[in-house]
Amino acid sequence: MKNKSLLLYAFAYLAFLYVPVLVLPVFSFNDSQFIAFPLSGFTTRWYGALAGDSAMQHALGNSLKVGIVTALLSTMLGLAAARAVTRYRLRGAGAALGFISLPLFIPDIVLGLSLLMLLGAMGLPLSLAAVMLGHLLVCVPFALTVLIARFEGFDRNLEEASADLGEDGWMTFWRITAPLMLPGIIASLLLTFITSFDEFLVAFFLSGTEATLPIYIWGQLRFPERLPMVLALGAVILAVSVVLVICAEHVRNLGVKNRVVGA
Amino acid sequence: MIFLTVSNVSKSFGGPPVVNDVSLDVMRGEFFALLGPSGCGKTTLLRMIAGFETPDRGTIAIDGEPMNAVPPHLRPTNMVFQSYAIFPHLNVFDNIAYGLRKLKLSKDQLHARVEAMLATVRLDGLGNRASDQLSGGQRQRVALARALVREPKVLLLDEPLGALDKRLRETMQVELRAIQRKVGITFLLVTHDQEEALSLSDRVAVMHQGRILQVADSRTLYERPNCREVADFIGEMNFFHATVREIAGGSASLNAGLLGLVTMPAANLAPGIKTDDHILLAIRPEHVRFAASGVAGDIAASTFLGERSHFHVRIAGRSEPVFVSGSVAPTGAVHLEFPPEKLIGLPASD
Repeated sequence: MKNKSLLLYAFAYLAFLYVPVLVLPVFSFNDSQFIAFPLSGFTTRWYGALAGDSAMQHALGNSLKVGIVTALLSTMLGLAAARAVTRYRLRGAGAALGFISLPLFIPDIVLGLSLLMLLGAMGLPLSLAAVMLGHLLVCVPFALTVLIARFEGFDRNLEEASADLGEDGWMTFWRITAPLMLPGIIASLLLTFITSFDEFLVAFFLSGTEATLPIYIWGQLRFPERLPMVLALGAVILAVSVVLVICAEHVRNLGVKNRVVGA
Repeated sequence: MIFLTVSNVSKSFGGPPVVNDVSLDVMRGEFFALLGPSGCGKTTLLRMIAGFETPDRGTIAIDGEPMNAVPPHLRPTNMVFQSYAIFPHLNVFDNIAYGLRKLKLSKDQLHARVEAMLATVRLDGLGNRASDQLSGGQRQRVALARALVREPKVLLLDEPLGALDKRLRETMQVELRAIQRKVGITFLLVTHDQEEALSLSDRVAVMHQGRILQVADSRTLYERPNCREVADFIGEMNFFHATVREIAGGSASLNAGLLGLVTMPAANLAPGIKTDDHILLAIRPEHVRFAASGVAGDIAASTFLGERSHFHVRIAGRSEPVFVSGSVAPTGAVHLEFPPEKLIGLPASD
């Protein structure tokens, strides 16, 4: 009987997790302004409205810009830091790692507020660039964690062997380090992009007049008649996220396979 | 002709020296082994020759050219790593061709060269094999081929057979020796396996605590070790305390305690031993004989090893047993004879 109740619990848990998420796509196709059962009919007009909403598209563009730049920069910085920490005996490496990772433990609202005050004190305008810098703080620790794990599963003799076979540091990076780190690099890019893409608080404080997508969505909630369109937008984001997560998992599995070989 | 010269090289990693004032000359085309227990500094010395570590003091020269300022990727050495370090994202062919990029060979030339090397290490037809589908022995051959294909002046091998099982190791030893003869490249092997060092190499340097104790060919190392550590590390050895009474006319007489008064050839004494010195007399187990008279003892243990048996003989006045190796198998009380011409005199450790 114990097994049966555990099974019940498991199903209840999964339902708790996923039913609210499923509500999103279901109501995004519902032909009514109101979010209530029974469903009143199938429509794609909310998606049509989405396609015609230039403010939304502008916000989406902003989020993509910030997300892509943040992902590239934080992965590059993370790559350099992860290689330094795992390849060389550095004094103060532990302390440096700790300080880099600290933003993980600082509440975003504190981070956003303090960056806002800092920008004000320095006389710099609120902008997407400011949001991007804030996101960099939040994302570098994630990139670093993913990449250090990857470097640690990587036989350093491989880089020495490349040098031994006549390649300098730069060519060794391109011929050995980069291809073997690729799964880690891709995972880091995806993780930091998603982190930046749905970050709200820091963006809220620093974006000024240039809304990112989460801020735009939050702004739309004041208008009940626009709610179904927001649901449609949520459903699209959900679908894209699922695809990204599947890709990331696939890449990560490739990584696990490579790691056994490289060890 | 001296080809690789290591002069007064020292290296420490912030503690006591790992390599301590080591000097070494290796000849062109020689198969040379650095033999020693783990932590004796042999791998560090090899890595300094490859350029992965920088000596604190001393110089390294290959073919007359000083190497200290030359980075690893420009040195005329190639290395077979202990872990083999096969590039996991490349197949066998691309692993072996990796170091040939700078030669700018045509596709056909590259192909011919890699295929010839595959044949040398007996991996014909395996060029397309993914690196994760290789057995241990095959990985070892790929690592060897990848290093040899560049035709280095010196090939460095770091415990190349350590990861293989005993049978495969023996096969690969024979092949390694044959490949070295064929390519004629100077091989410098690092190993802790004395049997491997003795059977493969023209000469062996025995290392201990960062220093080189003795450099000699295998037979000399076995028959004429120059100190207790070398004698101990290579094969089994019995040691007795003794005092030199007189050295005259090519023979030496010693007061050898349990063995009584001994007269032996003076040539069997290590250089520098003088009258009144306190020394160690050493004799290999296979040179101790069971006899009708001599030092009395009891067989404490015996191990049957097929052709020969190994005995532990306990004698009065000595805490450790005498090791005897022989084909006869006596039991109980025995007498031991120590042929004087087989005794070696070594300096007593301070």
